[in-house]
Amino acid sequence: MSKTTYDEPKSAKGPLYYAYKVFQYVFLLILAAISVMPFVIMIVNSTRNTSQIESHAVSLIPSHYLLQNFKILGGKAFNPWVGFMNSVIVSAGATICTVYFSTMTAYAIVAYDWKLKKPFFTFIMCVLMIPAQVTSIGMYQFMYSIGMTNKLIALILPAIAAPSTVFFMRQYMYSSLPMEILQSARIDGAGEFRIFNQIALPMMKPAMATQAIFAFVSSWNNLFLPLILLTDKAKFTMPIMVSQLNGDIYKTEYGAVYLGLLLTVLPLFVIYFLLSKYIIAGVALGGVKE
Amino acid sequence: MKSAQSRIKSISNAKYGYLFALPFVIAYLIFHFYPTIYTTVLGFTDCQGLNNTEWHLLKGNLFENFQRILTNKSFINSVKNTVIIWIMNFIPQITLAMLLTAWFTARRITVKGQGFFKVIFYMPNIITAATIAILFHALFAYPTGPVNDLLVRNGIIEASYNFYVKKVAAKILVAFIQFWTWYGYTMIILISGVLGISPDIYEAADIDGANGMQIFFRITIPNLKTVLLYTLVTSLIGGLNMFDIPKLFLNGGPDNSTKTASVFIYEQAFAGKYLYNRAAAASMLMFVVIAICSAILFYLMRDKDAAALAKLKKQERKAAKKRGTGLQGGF
Repeated sequence: MSKTTYDEPKSAKGPLYYAYKVFQYVFLLILAAISVMPFVIMIVNSTRNTSQIESHAVSLIPSHYLLQNFKILGGKAFNPWVGFMNSVIVSAGATICTVYFSTMTAYAIVAYDWKLKKPFFTFIMCVLMIPAQVTSIGMYQFMYSIGMTNKLIALILPAIAAPSTVFFMRQYMYSSLPMEILQSARIDGAGEFRIFNQIALPMMKPAMATQAIFAFVSSWNNLFLPLILLTDKAKFTMPIMVSQLNGDIYKTEYGAVYLGLLLTVLPLFVIYFLLSKYIIAGVALGGVKE
Repeated sequence: MKSAQSRIKSISNAKYGYLFALPFVIAYLIFHFYPTIYTTVLGFTDCQGLNNTEWHLLKGNLFENFQRILTNKSFINSVKNTVIIWIMNFIPQITLAMLLTAWFTARRITVKGQGFFKVIFYMPNIITAATIAILFHALFAYPTGPVNDLLVRNGIIEASYNFYVKKVAAKILVAFIQFWTWYGYTMIILISGVLGISPDIYEAADIDGANGMQIFFRITIPNLKTVLLYTLVTSLIGGLNMFDIPKLFLNGGPDNSTKTASVFIYEQAFAGKYLYNRAAAASMLMFVVIAICSAILFYLMRDKDAAALAKLKKQERKAAKKRGTGLQGGF
């Protein structure tokens, strides 16, 4: 990108302008290829067998060894169904907890006046960035002493307290929850819990949906906490299953490894291509906290 | 002013405020606050050995674990690795994200298919980091991995290159994977930051005859300062906790060259001798660093108008107090 081309005014579409345009699109397409290629190779190679991959590791033509790879994969340590089910239970449970209780907490901040409201919100802002990892040793010891290791519920319940989701829901509620409606429901004699569940909650649906996607994905992708809390193979989540693909038992089963990787991200691909518009809008919203 | 009746109502409503915030508070205390305290305490104890829950505070030198960690060469090395890998990932990441932001928000020479590019560039960010680590391990495999296959077949190198035994190559690869997963995210944050800048400023610049370069460097970047700092700090905090990719890509190798602080802590606590106390001390040291970063972020992101207003009110109240209390009762 040279200075002159960048400044080119719209009126004068000289050759320089077109050269700049071509450069721009070529650059963007190469970048797009770099982002997509690893996944394409993964998908194609999951249908090829070891000898094919050994002779030519890169190919865009799928072969017909998908089922065979699946048998090799399942015949060893990797049990995709168990991992899938555990991951679904944990992610769905954590998502419901995060979204419902974060909305409730945000509602407490927005809809009511209470003395400790301000300090409470400041506290949430303070702990917003603290990652779970730095307190994992205490977490593990605590969970072990109350017998919660190897229990999926140990990965779900902590999701009730999700400071960043509370923060987001509060921002959204301030701008789009009309207090008059709540007040009129109150006059009609509705109880506070009914007002929250039947009036406020449905109005928060768009924001809840965005947060649900992010909660689900981040729970699905979580490796650290499951890795320290789960030691029983029957309780492994997908990311732990994936980590076993690097082991010696799959050393020469290239096709099976690629297939195992593909299986772990298939749900994410589906979610992403159905909802990419909302996901990207959600990322953009989360970043501008001014 | 409020009548007596509405006053009673708001008092009775306050109860619900506490009630609705209660699940969060309880869950936070049990699953986040208590483990934090527990970790801190463990750093001062002799807690070691697999699944050991019996521990005592250290007698004599209470800070022994912290001293041992701070003089542990492996820990120092892992912190260095973490910072080096983070810098190697962040500088290209922010540069590329800035370039793409400049292109995607340029008003004279617009880029078509922006939606498509955004979807593609952001995609790696949503995929499980564990999967990405193992996928790249397969891609850069020696001697017959796809990358080596491409390089050799196109005559770029003569024989396959073993990325996994060279310290520098391994570090660069981990940094590259981090870069590859995060540049799309950073780009979207920056774009939304640019879109948040008032269009009036741009119009004024247009009228003054500023060109694209001038607009980008003199208007966009200065107005983007907060967003850039936000990106920097959040990326730093995330980078300090880098675990999935260095752990699964090469398990911290070769020769500990990709062992990050988080991998070090994990190995101390959950492998080998199960040194929970040392790991706890190392965690707390990292925690302090992250808390400082968070404090900086919190300070940067604070609501400036509200803060200024609160300050003004405080001053007014002080002034009112000085003038005597009679005034307050008058309303």
